[in-house]
Amino acid sequence: MRKYTPKDNVQKKSYYSDRFWVAPRVPTTEVEAGSHFEAVVNALSNVVTIKDVGVQIGQLRIVINATDNFKTLQTLRDACGYAMCSEISAVDYLAQDGEFEVFYQMLNLTEAQRVRVVCRIKKDEAVESVVPLFKSANFAEREMFDMFGIQANNHPFMKRILMPDDWEGHPLLKTYPLHGDEAASWYEVDKIFGKEYRDVVGPENRDPASVERYDSQRFSRVGYEVPFGAEIEEGKEEENPIAYSETFMVDYTTGTTTLKKRK
Amino acid sequence: MQVTNKLTPFFENLNFDRDDNTMVINFGPQHPSAHGQLRLMLELDGELVTKAYPDIGYLHRGIEKMAENMTYNEFLPTTDRLDYIASTSNNYAYALSVERLIGLEVPRRAQVIRTMLLELNRIISHLFFIATHALDVGAMSVFLYAFREREFAMDLMEDYCGARLTHSAVRIGGVPLDLPKNWLTDLSKFCTKVNYELEHTYEALLTENRIWKMRLEDVGVLSPEDALSWGCTGPMLRGSGIKYDIRKEEPYELYGELDFDIPISDKCDSYGRYALYMEEMRQSVRILRQLIPMYDKTEPKLMAHAPQYISAPKEEIMTQNYALMQHFVLVTQGMRPPVGEVYAPTESPKGELGFYIKSEGEPYAYRLKCRAPSFFHTGLLQEILVGTYIADVVTIIGTTNIVFGEVDR
Repeated sequence: MRKYTPKDNVQKKSYYSDRFWVAPRVPTTEVEAGSHFEAVVNALSNVVTIKDVGVQIGQLRIVINATDNFKTLQTLRDACGYAMCSEISAVDYLAQDGEFEVFYQMLNLTEAQRVRVVCRIKKDEAVESVVPLFKSANFAEREMFDMFGIQANNHPFMKRILMPDDWEGHPLLKTYPLHGDEAASWYEVDKIFGKEYRDVVGPENRDPASVERYDSQRFSRVGYEVPFGAEIEEGKEEENPIAYSETFMVDYTTGTTTLKKRK
Repeated sequence: MQVTNKLTPFFENLNFDRDDNTMVINFGPQHPSAHGQLRLMLELDGELVTKAYPDIGYLHRGIEKMAENMTYNEFLPTTDRLDYIASTSNNYAYALSVERLIGLEVPRRAQVIRTMLLELNRIISHLFFIATHALDVGAMSVFLYAFREREFAMDLMEDYCGARLTHSAVRIGGVPLDLPKNWLTDLSKFCTKVNYELEHTYEALLTENRIWKMRLEDVGVLSPEDALSWGCTGPMLRGSGIKYDIRKEEPYELYGELDFDIPISDKCDSYGRYALYMEEMRQSVRILRQLIPMYDKTEPKLMAHAPQYISAPKEEIMTQNYALMQHFVLVTQGMRPPVGEVYAPTESPKGELGFYIKSEGEPYAYRLKCRAPSFFHTGLLQEILVGTYIADVVTIIGTTNIVFGEVDR
């Protein structure tokens, strides 16, 4: 029987895992009373519903509803002094929960504190764009869309950013294999010749970097040059390299190059 | 209107033929002043830029995807390819976030060496900045002089780790090697050299140079509000008068113990940023000089002791069975950090470089996001270029100091 491989997560897996191994967790502490983070949590709890909160490795992690993301970031910026949104991205949990986890990494420059606002959205759901609050979200949300397919509503220019516009699929999804899918491998052929030419071109020629050994029209053969368009086949190659290339070849037996000998 | 077919596909919704008086020009991706693979589409009204649209992704290699398919130690050399001008700062930022995730204490000697390497990389990167920036603006000789000093710095890196560009000089949990003989002597010689050349070559050539001032003063003005809103960090943020340096505010490694100043410029223009870079190099030299005597006072231990995550020293592996078993598991399967997430910001020469790592307790990171400063500085171009003249575009690209290895990842 063929080995079962899950299709919803095709990323590399460990070849061995102990059934009884329980992975330790990064310690999550409660927000200390009187700390800066407590003021942040208090300010936010007046505006939005906080689903979960904790301090992980020195940074506050707040889980909110995805619909509240704009309000949360606005409160953080205006009431708590989080003037910079350093990063926006997502984590793919489609295989486990059918959800994406979107996070906003915020920075308060006067207090030198960082808050991570986390929310979850279902597949095909969109988040509200935070570009009106932070212009850095412009590129960050475009990248999130490009990599995961998560749309940001009311974004001024929701377009792919790293991949070409006509690319199929979103590369950072867990369903997307590391080496690309079928559309990725035929991308150039489809674009230049059309899908119907896949059979004509063939999988061995679709790679533009491939060098065909017996093609004397498009590729040169270092050391064994043949005239342009000469018909060469396997086993019928010229025995002796032509004189032109010989002059530059090193004679290792004498230790001097033929070029020097000529002088 | 462009006629599209399969051989001339319709790449972007841009009309190159306009009815009005504007013109659309395509800058890059192979423009020598584009600092890599930047493609800019500029709409010009005469010589005035009315719209700018940076198009990136020409160097996209899917490094974040690769991170999900590599063990933590395997991925470290890949980080060299992010900001390839100062690779050690990428290695370090990655190693730091993994160390914070598993909660490691790095030995003091490794800390000294790491801080030295980070500051040396800052000098390398800033020299590269001044070289290319001056070259873009038209000062060819500064480029040659700055690259001369950069060679000496890269010789130092080569002495330490054997590589000049892709260093991989930091490991998760420490550093792989001790400093070679006479390295500290060479380093102090280099410090003297850089300090001398800063004053007598670069600043002598540029600071009061009439052309340099005309090309840079009041060009690329970035207000503090915009700098914050666009997520600018590093010299771009401090060049707008905001005093924020992660080395000071959220200290890592030995920066908490070291004595150095954070230069800022409130002129908010390219000239102020240039002066800032020069001052930052001086501060790096100052840090390096403080670090040299610290080295001798440290124990010779280089890697953290956490055999569950990091291979034990060779002697232990060869003499103790359990250390050998743990080493075998680490080599064949890779380390398994605890479940959780971490974001560790560092001050790379370009700005805030941080890795967000989401771990599910597997040997492969569940998600790794590289927060690269240049990515956000590239986003800024679409606003800062509007209203400037076409001749200043190259200056502004130069002053943002973007490196496309980390923009596209």
